[in-house]
Parts: sequence; structure tokens; C-alpha cells
Amino acid sequence: MTELESQLQNEQQGALESLAQVASLEALDVWKQTYLGKSSLVMTTYGKMGTFTKEERPLIGRAVNAVKVALEAALSEKEVLVKQDALLKTMANEKLDVTLPGFPVRRGRLHPLNLTMREIYRVFGDMGFQVYNSPEVETDDMNFTFLNIPPYHPARDMWDTFYTETDGVVLRTHTSPGQIRAMREYYPNPVRVILPGTCMRYEQQDQSHEIEFMQFELLVVDKGVTFANLKGTMDDFTKRVFGADALTRFRPSHFPFTEPSAELDMSCIFCGGQGCGVCHGTGWIELGGCGMVHPRVLENGGYDPEVYSGFAAGVGIDRTTLLRYHIDDIRYLRGNDIRFLEQF
Amino acid sequence: MKAPLSWIQDYVDLQGLSLEEIGQTLTMIGLEVEEITLVGLEKPEGVRLQNKYSGLSWSRDKFVVAEVLEVRQHPNADKLTLCELNDGRGDPIIALTGAPNLFGFLGKGRLEKPIKVAYAREGAQLYDGHQPGLVLTKLKKATIRGIESSSMIASEKELGISEEHEGVIFLDDDAPVGMPLADYMGDAVFEVAILPNMARDASVLGIARELSAALRRPLKLPIGIELQLGGEINQKISLDIQEPELNPRFMLGMVEGVQAMQSPYWVRRRLALAGMRPIDALVDATNYTMLETGQPLHAFDYDTLVRRAGGKPTIITRRAEEGETLTMLDGDQHKLTPETELVSDTKGPLSMAGVMGGEESGINDQTSIVLLEAASWNFINIRKTSSRYRVNSEASYRFSRDVHPALAQQALSLCLKRLQDWGGGRVVEGVIDQYSLRREDTKNTLNESDMERLLGLRVPIGEAKAILERLGFSCTLEGGELTAVTPANRTDIESGIVGTANLIEEVSRIYGYSHIPTTRLSGELPPQLGDKHVGFEESVRDLLVSIGLQDTLAYRLTSVQRESKILPGAPADNGLEYVRIANPISPERSVMRRSGLATMFELIERNTRNADGLSFFEIGPVFIPVEGQELPNEPHRLTIGLWGKKHETGWSGEKPAIYGFFDLKGILEALLQGLHIENITYDASREISTFHPGKSARLLAGETEIGVMGEVHPLVRQNYDFADNPVLAAELYLDQLMPLVDQGFKVEPLSTFPAMVEDIALIVDEEVPASRVEELIWRAGGKLLKGVALFDLFRGEKLGAGKKSLAYQLTYQAFDRTLSVADAAAIRKKIVKVLSYEAGAVLRDS
Repeated sequence: MTELESQLQNEQQGALESLAQVASLEALDVWKQTYLGKSSLVMTTYGKMGTFTKEERPLIGRAVNAVKVALEAALSEKEVLVKQDALLKTMANEKLDVTLPGFPVRRGRLHPLNLTMREIYRVFGDMGFQVYNSPEVETDDMNFTFLNIPPYHPARDMWDTFYTETDGVVLRTHTSPGQIRAMREYYPNPVRVILPGTCMRYEQQDQSHEIEFMQFELLVVDKGVTFANLKGTMDDFTKRVFGADALTRFRPSHFPFTEPSAELDMSCIFCGGQGCGVCHGTGWIELGGCGMVHPRVLENGGYDPEVYSGFAAGVGIDRTTLLRYHIDDIRYLRGNDIRFLEQF
Repeated sequence: MKAPLSWIQDYVDLQGLSLEEIGQTLTMIGLEVEEITLVGLEKPEGVRLQNKYSGLSWSRDKFVVAEVLEVRQHPNADKLTLCELNDGRGDPIIALTGAPNLFGFLGKGRLEKPIKVAYAREGAQLYDGHQPGLVLTKLKKATIRGIESSSMIASEKELGISEEHEGVIFLDDDAPVGMPLADYMGDAVFEVAILPNMARDASVLGIARELSAALRRPLKLPIGIELQLGGEINQKISLDIQEPELNPRFMLGMVEGVQAMQSPYWVRRRLALAGMRPIDALVDATNYTMLETGQPLHAFDYDTLVRRAGGKPTIITRRAEEGETLTMLDGDQHKLTPETELVSDTKGPLSMAGVMGGEESGINDQTSIVLLEAASWNFINIRKTSSRYRVNSEASYRFSRDVHPALAQQALSLCLKRLQDWGGGRVVEGVIDQYSLRREDTKNTLNESDMERLLGLRVPIGEAKAILERLGFSCTLEGGELTAVTPANRTDIESGIVGTANLIEEVSRIYGYSHIPTTRLSGELPPQLGDKHVGFEESVRDLLVSIGLQDTLAYRLTSVQRESKILPGAPADNGLEYVRIANPISPERSVMRRSGLATMFELIERNTRNADGLSFFEIGPVFIPVEGQELPNEPHRLTIGLWGKKHETGWSGEKPAIYGFFDLKGILEALLQGLHIENITYDASREISTFHPGKSARLLAGETEIGVMGEVHPLVRQNYDFADNPVLAAELYLDQLMPLVDQGFKVEPLSTFPAMVEDIALIVDEEVPASRVEELIWRAGGKLLKGVALFDLFRGEKLGAGKKSLAYQLTYQAFDRTLSVADAAAIRKKIVKVLSYEAGAVLRDS
């Protein structure tokens, strides 16, 4: 081994030891200049290759190449490490206060009544009910007379009606006039519809009364439809909208357009039926009215009450919404206060 | 209807049942108990209560029956007396009271007949008699003007019986001294909601009958005097019914030698509990009998009738003559119209039939002969009369819900007996009964199949028969077919198929709805008509919500004035036809809206204090009257309103921009794009009165206007409090929009070759609309042009006056190759050429 060869070997060893100490890109540059730069032993050895004898040249050439390859490999390996190290150091200064608020985005929302309405559409849609809309300004005949509520009948007291200046035209007080319209359109086919919409009653507005409110009505007409089906349908509805623990109770009532008639009560979802302020200590919350379609109403819709039967049910969408979201003032719904709407 | 428990128990034995059970029984047969007011009795314990309770329980050792032995003057106070009492425990007690009804006994020494009173001992919990309303207080020892007192003689108010606090209660003489008051007269009042078809149960007897049916306990009917037609009464009075249609039945009875004395205490207490003020024996007898049977009665002072007639009076029931007047018991004078049925005599009107008696002929404290009327009236006529004159009474409440004529007989018999018993009189022999329009009671059939068809439950026919019989129906059963004759107290059972349905309701409500099974629908599904509008509107909602808008709801009722505020100057009238409300609740809610903009502006105005930016939309109908059409059209509108900052100010230091015209247009474009509605043009050629003339447009689909949009006119802005920000609004006609939705749009294929993007700036005259430039670029670009996006609009001196520069980013792409620079140059050249020729455009040097 020539002196040069051993010099090169020493150079390699020294370089690798020095490289181990390098900790920054700057130091790495200096190292590169020192061991692989123009004036480094490796590069100067290449430079004076012509001064070696023919026999020495391949030997020295191999030796210097080996050192160069080794140093370059070590350099690139080190470079990766140093760069990574540098990145980590930079990142250490990039720490965000992640508790700072995000930048505001304006989010769109559905109105709570429309949210509830969709839920109701979905539940009844699953049961095969189709939506049927009818006018909000209605004839007295549709709103009352055809529903077995003749003029001056005591049952008219159940609805405080807004009359228009056109004789025989009222603001619908319930969605029930849609029953007649739907039956007349579907006859002689079976009917299974949900009639949603805004109704209007002459009431003093307060925490629990609105002049304008939304309700939906169900109407099923077919051969062999029974009160038992009414119970099953409304029980399914109650459980799907208010939770599987909700119990239902059907209490005798009176509506001129159903016979027999019932009031649908749900076990209080606030106290589990134990009695609280919301249910006035009774454990029950009134959800809506229902019953078997009155024979005269079936007739007015075109169906023979000897052959067909049907049930109808009406539930307040406002009321359902108040219960679902624990809202204690019905006026919030149409007040559209952004502070209220933003909570949905 | 307020029904005291003690009274109900006169007719049906409720032994062994708790208040809770009775309340729930009533509720579950259709007589909803809204509240049970305790008047002495205790609230049930140990069960989950499903009734609402209120009122006062009288502790059994604190409240007892006592007797006043002597009434002495308080030594230091003129207005107080000292009563010596025996409460059954032996030692005499001194109770201090200011009750005026004890003053009369001052100085009488030992009373010959002690006065039975309700006595409350120290520690008793009762209502404070001196405070308005019901305020609970506890009796404590106190020294009043030097005399110590720890107990009291109670008034009705203190016991929660009525509002009466003028004097203490004088119990009936047979009250046993020392007996706990709760045992002697503890009670509870069931406040029952009476359904319109159950007006018969606006009576204690009616409620008792329902309970008897539900509980399977016998009904005990009260017994009056036996009625006989004719006799002495015929010499005293004549009767003439002119219109049996309006007055199917009229009965008269007479009691003479009566005195307007006080009724027994138990009568007065029951009346008070049922919500009527006790007056005197004569008035009380008629009210008591009405509450008991549901048949209103009217008592005339016979001597007044004789004086008016100058001899034997004749009662005439007839229609009023135009212009006749009548002063009522309550002092109001009414001018009558011929629709009004009257009870009159030969001299003129006596009372408004079935509604209220007249002032002159009614009984008074001098009355000694009572002529008692028990009649039936046409309920529709009573209803009209009551609403026409706005007179509401216990009588009109019942008569307007149809009282069966048969009840007149029962009520007359009972009331005559009470006038005699309580008023100390003698019943004049005989009654007059003119039953000119006899009510035929309906007869219906029912079998198990009928019940199964409607209920999904076969109630055994024998059970149905038993239920109907307990409700008073006369039933026969033959071969499974039940025939039921409606009892003569009910007016709600029709005949034919309706009658059968009525019977099924009667049977099922008493049998219990809870026995009906719960099953799902199983029938065939109807034709799937669907409702396209619903789906369309829901997709519009989803699109708008997805681009950050808030869904809202609007009231339909508004006023012309409110709607006119969307016009500059807010004229009093906008000259439009409206659906007008005949009985508006307020002038602000007197018509149905016909604009979505007015409600939207109000909504924004109401919210400006609660937010610094708003982006609202609302979908709902407007109401447009149409000549020659009974009902208005109800087209649906989408209204959008933008106001203020586009988003909240964060901490980024970036100031949020304020909503402007092109924000609104961007929203509309996104919506229309989402609905795949193409080729909508924005036409600014005609002004829209609500909007800024330079910043508004009509949306046109071909020639059809589908909406309006723009910045609200500064003069309209002045009509609202918008806090200095502009409002951007659009109203779209959804019914016009829906048919444009192309359900079957096609998806464009995607090229796998790279796209080429370049910018181009064109200088054109101000008058050339941007839409024209874009349209020309597309036309010239050919099929390799895939995208045109405006990214800069520049005006400046360099361009010269009346010029603008529009800079577009153009995207080219082919399906079969990578485009070359030469391809792009060729397209660009063509675009510049076409624009130069068609729009005078000049390429701007970059």
C-alpha cells in the first residue's frame, strides 16, 4: 500500500468522524467543501492522476473512487437527516394556538318547522303515504259543510274562523278540507295521503297559541280499514318521531268528520310519564285528534260508506316541533329571530 | 261543566273508588277531566296521578263542625265579636270574628238554637280571606285588640268553596257537632270538558249516567212531583205557541205562597261548587235543576204577568216584531229582529226565548207566585240569537247545543218540588204542556260484523247491548242483530249508517278504546300520484341551504299598508286586489299577502339588531284574487333577502365584504345551475318599482318572467330600519320555474388530454353588455373552447372614456389529442376577429 493510499484511508475515516458531528446544513456545506471540494484530498488526487505511473494509476484510481463513493453516500444520507432535523426545528416555531376560533363561515339551515315536516314526510312516506296539498283559502263547504259541520252547528265552535269578504270563503282552519279534495281525486282507488300545511284560526296569540300554524292530516280510505289500523299507524308515527319509549293512548273525543273519534295522547317525553310541568302532572301530552272517517264525509268524497271505511288523523307540526326541540314559546317559530334559527 | 262529587253520588254510588279512578274513568269515556279541585277531601296517595289537582284539603283534626252558643261584643273593637263555641271536645272556646252575619245575634245571650259553623283550629291550613285570589295561610295565635285568638269560624273563601267572604258559613241545623268537616261536607269538583255532541252531559245527572254505564253501577234518578195535565192552572194562565218549528215544546207549572228565602246550605254550597252564585230559594231551585238535568228553566213573577195583562195572562211564544225592544235581566236593552224567538204576553216581550229572561217579569224578592217555564227551542235559532245579541248564558249554552224536549218534563217536575220544599210554597194543581213538534227518537241496528268492520274488534253483541242499556237505550237482540232505540235525552244519535256508526262509538268508548288491537295497515297502495311541487320545493330548499342561506317562514296575514311599504313613498294603497278578512284580529293582519318581498323586508328589519349580516330565503304562497273565480290563486314564491356583512368578522384582520348585487346574482346562478335551468336572461330594460333602477333585473326564460331581483330602491329602504346597509332581494315565481327543470340532464364526458389555459383581455364600449361578449366568445371558440371565466373588469383613462376592458380566462381542450400552441393561437385569432367584427372589440395589450 502506498503512502497515498493510506492517506486516503485516513482521510475517509477522518471525514466520516467529522460528518458525525455535523448538525446543520451550513456545517454540512463546510464539510462538503473540506472533503469533496476542489482542494480536498480526494479531488486533488484526481487532479494529479497524470503524475502517477501507469501501474499506480489503476490502484490509486480505485482507492480514491472508493473513498469518494463512500463519502458521497454518507453525505446524502446525512443530508436527509440534517434537512429533516432542520424542518423539525422550523416546525417547532410553527405551533398554533389550536384553541383560537376558526374563521366564520355562513351556514345555511332549514327552518325547524320544515325540518319536522321532512321527518314526518319520511316516516309516513315509509308507510306508503303520499303528500297531497290543498288551498289555504278555502270554501266554507270544503272547510266545514262537506266535513259534516253544517252552518250553525255547535261543532263550529271548535274552530275560531277567519272569514273573507267573499261570501262562503274562509281561511282554512284545519287541513281537513284536503280530505274531500283528495278523495274526489283518488276515487275509486284507495287513498293513503298526508295533507300538510298552514292553517289559520282567530286566536289571541300567546306562548302556546298561534294565529297561523302548521298541521298535517292523514287520510286512509279503503275496504277494511279499521280503528286498529289507526292505532297502529299513529303508534308507529309517535315512536319514530319521539322515540321508541313513547307510549300512546287513544281517548274518546268528538270531531264531526270522524265517528268514532279519539284524541291521541303520548306519554310525556319530558318526565317519562311520571308527571311534570309540561304534562300538567298527568303524564300525558295531547298530540292530535283522529278517528274513523264519518260515513257522511266518505259519501261527500264519493265513497260508499257501506263498502269503504277510512281513518283520519291530524297532528300539529308546530306542536311536534315544540316538543322535539323543547321550545317553550310557539311564537319563536314564525318570529324568525336569527338567534333562534341559528340554534338548529 | 263543574260537577261536585257529592252531587254525582246522589245518582250513582261511587263507594270504594278514589278521586283518581273516577277522574280517569270520566276522561277515558270522553268526558275529559281538566282538573279536580279539592274542596276538603284529600289528594289520593300511593298511585301515579294522571289527573291535574288543585284546591284545599281540610285536615280532619283541624277543621270540624262546631256550634256558636253565644255572640258577644269584643270589648275593644266595634266591628268584632267574640263567639263562644262548642267544638265537641267539651271546653268552651272563644273565637274572634268580624263576620257581619253574626252581628244580628249580639246581645241575645245564650242562643236558643245554636248556629252550626265550620270551625278551624290553630295550625289549620286555609286560604287567606283578606287577600285577593287563593293565598294559603296557616292559622296562628294572635292577639287582636287585647284578646288572644288562635282559631276561627270559616267563610266559604277560607275553605275554598267560593269567593264569598262577606260572612261565615251557617251550616244546616242537622250538622253533627265535632264531626271532622271533611267528613261532613268534604268534596271535590270535577271540571269536565263537554264535547259538542255530549251536551246532555252538561248536567250532573248526565255525568252520573256516563259513570253508571262505565262502572256498571245502577243509576238512581231523582224524584220530583207527579205531573198532571190540566187542573187549576188552566184558570190562571193560557198558552199560545205560534211557531212549533222554533218552539217544539212548552210546559208551565205554578207554585204559590213562596218566599225568596235562603236555600238550605247544602244547596248553596253545591251551586257555588258548580260555579253558580246562590241567590235565594226560587232562583236557586231553577239553577239547581238546570245543573242537575241540563234543562234550563225560567221563573216568572205571576203577579207581574197579571198586572200586565189586567187579568188572566196568556203566554205567547212568537217571533219578535221588527223594532220591538226588551230589557234583559242583566239590564241590557236590545232592539229585536224578526229572527228572534220570544216568550211574550199580550202586552209585549217577556224574555228572549232560551237565552235570557226580561227584567220586568222575572221573579224578585217580593214574588209569592212563581210561574215556571220548561221549554224546548230550535237550537240553530238560539245559536243565531245568542250570537246576534252577544248574549251568553247557561241557558243559551245548553239550548244552542240542542236540549231534548223530553227533558222539560223531568226538569219541571223536579223544580216544582224544590220551589215547594225550599221556597216554602204549594204547587198549584196541574201543568200545561204543549208538545207540538214531537221528537221521534231514532232506532238503529248493530251487529258484531259492523263493529269488526270499523273497529277491527268484535265486541260481543251481548256486551254492546249491556253498555247501550246502561246509557239508556232500549235494546232488543234477535239473531245477533241488536236494535237500539235512542233514549229521550239524547239528540246526537242519527239513523241509518250514520246511526250505526254513532252506536259503535258509544259501545267502543264505554268498552274502552284500549281494548282495540294495534295493527299496521295492510291494504293495497293507491296510485302513486305524488306531488311534484313538494319535491321541487324541497330541492330548492336544499340548494339554498347548501350555499349558506337560512330558511324562514312568513305569516300569510298582513295589511295593504304593510305591503305598500315595498313601493317608494309607501303609498296608503297600492291599488291591488286582496283576499280581505271580514273579521280581522287587528288592522295589521287584515289581508292575505300577495308579495314575498314585504314579509322578507320585515323579517330582515326585525333581525338587524341581532346580526350584522343576514341571508334569508322563504318559500310560501301568495294569494292573488282572480276575477270570476271563487278562490284566489295561490302561486308559490321563493323570496331571497341579503343584508349586511357576508360573514361574521373573524380575527383574521380581513374585513368581511357587504352583500351586493353580484352576490345575489351569484346565488341565483348557483340555484338555477343546481336546478339545471339554462338560458335565463337578466333583463334590465324596464324598471321594477321596488328596486334601484340601475341595479335590478327581471329574470326571463324566453319571454316568460320568472322573477325579479336587485338592490332595494333607496326610497324603499327609507320605509324600513335597515341600519344603513343595502338590502338585496329576489322574488322567484316557483310555479313558472318548475316546468323549466329538466329532469333528464346529460353529464358531459371528461377528456383525458390536458387542458390549455390562456387569458385574453378585450376592450369594448361601455354599452356592450358582458353577456354579449361572453356569448360571442363561446360562438367563436368552437367545440375546443371548454371554459370562459371573467376575472377582471377594468375602466381607466388609458382606455379612454366610455370604454371598459374585460379579461377572461379561456380553457381549451380536445378529446383526441393534446392541443398545440398553434391550435390555441388559431382559436384565439378567431375569437378576436369575431368580437372585433360583432362588438367592435379591441385586443388589449398586456
